Amino acid sequence: MIPELGHFALILALVLSLVQAVVPLVGAHRNSSALMGVGRPAAQGQFFFILFSYVCLTWAFIQSDFSVQLAASNSHSATPLMYKITGVWGNHEGSLLLWAMSLSLWTVAVTVFSRHLPDAFLARVLGVLGWVSAGFISFTLVTSNPFDRLLPAVAEGRDLNPLLQDPGMIIHPPLLYMGYVGFSVAFAFAIAALMSGRLDAAWARWSRPWTTVAWVFLTAGIAVGSGWAYYELGWGGWWFWDPVENASFMPWLLGTALIHSLAVTEKRGAFRSWTVLLAIGAFSLSLLGTFLVRSGVLTSVHAFATDPKRGLYILALLVIVIGCSLFLYAMRAPRLAGGGSFGFVSRETALLGNNVLLTVASASVLLGTLYPLFLDALNLGKISVGPPYFEAVFVPLMTPVVVLMMFGPFLRWKDDDLAAAVRKVAPAFIASVLIGFGTAWAVDHVTWRTVLGLALSAWVVLASIQLLVVRLKERAGASAGSRLRSITASWWGMWLAHFGVGIFIIGVTLVGSLDQNIDVKMKEGQRAELAGYTFLFRGALDADGPNYDAARGIIELSRDGRALGTLTPEKRVYRAQGMPMTEASLDIGVFRDVYVTLGEQLPDGAWIVSLYYKPFISWIWMGCLLMGLGGVFAASDRRYRRLAAREATAGAGQRAAASA
Amino acid sequence: MKARSKRLMLVGGGVVLLVAAVALVLSAFQQNLVFFHTPTEVAEGRAPTGKTFRVGGMVEEGSIAREPDGITVRFAITDTAKVIPVTYQGTLPDLFKEGKGAVVQGKLEGGVFQATEVLAKHDENYMPPEAAHAVEQAQKAAQTLSQ
Repeated sequence: MIPELGHFALILALVLSLVQAVVPLVGAHRNSSALMGVGRPAAQGQFFFILFSYVCLTWAFIQSDFSVQLAASNSHSATPLMYKITGVWGNHEGSLLLWAMSLSLWTVAVTVFSRHLPDAFLARVLGVLGWVSAGFISFTLVTSNPFDRLLPAVAEGRDLNPLLQDPGMIIHPPLLYMGYVGFSVAFAFAIAALMSGRLDAAWARWSRPWTTVAWVFLTAGIAVGSGWAYYELGWGGWWFWDPVENASFMPWLLGTALIHSLAVTEKRGAFRSWTVLLAIGAFSLSLLGTFLVRSGVLTSVHAFATDPKRGLYILALLVIVIGCSLFLYAMRAPRLAGGGSFGFVSRETALLGNNVLLTVASASVLLGTLYPLFLDALNLGKISVGPPYFEAVFVPLMTPVVVLMMFGPFLRWKDDDLAAAVRKVAPAFIASVLIGFGTAWAVDHVTWRTVLGLALSAWVVLASIQLLVVRLKERAGASAGSRLRSITASWWGMWLAHFGVGIFIIGVTLVGSLDQNIDVKMKEGQRAELAGYTFLFRGALDADGPNYDAARGIIELSRDGRALGTLTPEKRVYRAQGMPMTEASLDIGVFRDVYVTLGEQLPDGAWIVSLYYKPFISWIWMGCLLMGLGGVFAASDRRYRRLAAREATAGAGQRAAASA
Repeated sequence: MKARSKRLMLVGGGVVLLVAAVALVLSAFQQNLVFFHTPTEVAEGRAPTGKTFRVGGMVEEGSIAREPDGITVRFAITDTAKVIPVTYQGTLPDLFKEGKGAVVQGKLEGGVFQATEVLAKHDENYMPPEAAHAVEQAQKAAQTLSQ
């Protein structure tokens, strides 16, 4: 009964999403406030029904109701409660429902926090979001109904893929989806602005906090996913350039370009067309990511061709979204010409340069991800594009991005003197080149990549410090406290996020240059050495869990005779699917991780043990954390709320004047 | 400088940057493609020597053997028609098993494939597409021969 209620609620949500898609747009067209007013309650009602539907599905998992096909394939009565709940989205159908729910949540947030927007504009935003929502809910209902029954019911479920039974997987998908789907708000704002022909600084200012928040979610989602891959996949890598990862990285790159382009549009009125295209692009890449991950093309393009219903549906959705929005853009673009002019040497130029580079980077990931699929689909042979390609592309593309990223903030808007600006940052630049060489020499690893990485991170750190000093000196005479207070939250956000990039590069460079790894055969009581650490193998014992059998290795870690604790890597076999899993054990530190996995047991009773030394790897995630935090600061700037309040009063005044 | 020529410079600079970046991407792409070959192709000498490529197929039954050091593994990959011997140093993926699909990446040296990377399936139902493809090709070829 409960699954049927959930199914029915989802159908009601579809109906409401169609109401939300049609009525407010008609209202905005006819200038009827009654019709426009329908958008808000429709969006909120839709959220209620999707949430209800989602809770029903979760209930089937918690109750181990294996008459529901989805629960039978992705849960097990012995699965811990937490993984029963997260198992809901550990599959195609459930994750689509999560997608629809995130979209609905974003829409409700728009109805709550954008009360100050002009009625017609809000109505158009909600209308666009309604169409996206209708597309996804109907996709779920037509091709991937999560409430399908399995009759007769099976006695026991097949359990959730063991790789997904991990705390990282509890938060990774919701964060990532909130990021993906969040770009639909930026998209809806751009489309609404195109419709109303009002593509101005005000539009950019309304759109900015939403886009930034979506970007923060995406950043956090990607970082958590990478952390999960690092400790769960059991071989110590943190990024694999896997198509599934690329699917989330492409919208991130374009989204990063978008938040910077929006800044220029808001402050200077320039780049308007470009910003709109980026908003359309970032959302399209989010949809493409969903298509890649969810249609099955990655597993096999031929499997996709034999059961094309799902893939074709998302592909059609993608074509409609891109087609309609580009058509609308083409209709309106001629009216957009103009905007703030700027000189060759200006902050605008620096931001434009980075925008171009980030877009090319995004396109290069697209090429590397899609080209093998195309070749395969056309039966032109099988190729794979691996990390070497992406590394060969990203190092030269991102180097100028990082240099410009710290140079841009020193430039004035509109026009500046190149020689003067270069003189300002030259000491920091020269110092960072020297630091790059010096540190690489100090860690005894002088390769061009290490030197470059270290020099770039030194440049970010030094230029950040200089930038802060310059900013504080701007108000000479004021007290230190008031100078600090005079800095806006959005400035701190920019500063923190850029600083985070520097921390990130330190991590990437040092772990890439200095990590060490050996596989050793170890018997009970044997020792192994790696990077100055001693590993004493105390044997392996049985450590069965609720839904798996496991052998747990006991390894005592010490350095120079000082004990550092015991590592307990496990080799598990999940009973339901008979699937083996390697569970790594880590000794996490600020400057290095020690990472151990248990391989297989050999006939003579010895075990193969993999030992890893990973210097500075946690700096990668610290960097991401700072970038995300920067986004939070930027989005929370008081300016957005103050202006919002002013516009609301102004709007109310206008309305009052109109009715008078 | 006039506004017009400033604009030209800006557009010109942008285009130069774009062209350089695209050229970089395409050349990196060209140099780093990893091609896939079936064991039959490798056996017939149609795979490059000294260049990294991928071979996919099934791990032959009874072929996995460890050297005394416990770390070096020897096994064979087959598409049911031809068998390619492989050596690999390191930990094998969890789902690497005899009789199951696997893909190896590395170089061919003296008739033995020196693998630097071994990929197996992600879960019970998933077969690496390249492995499935290799077996399919070999079986198609066998059918045409028997006809």
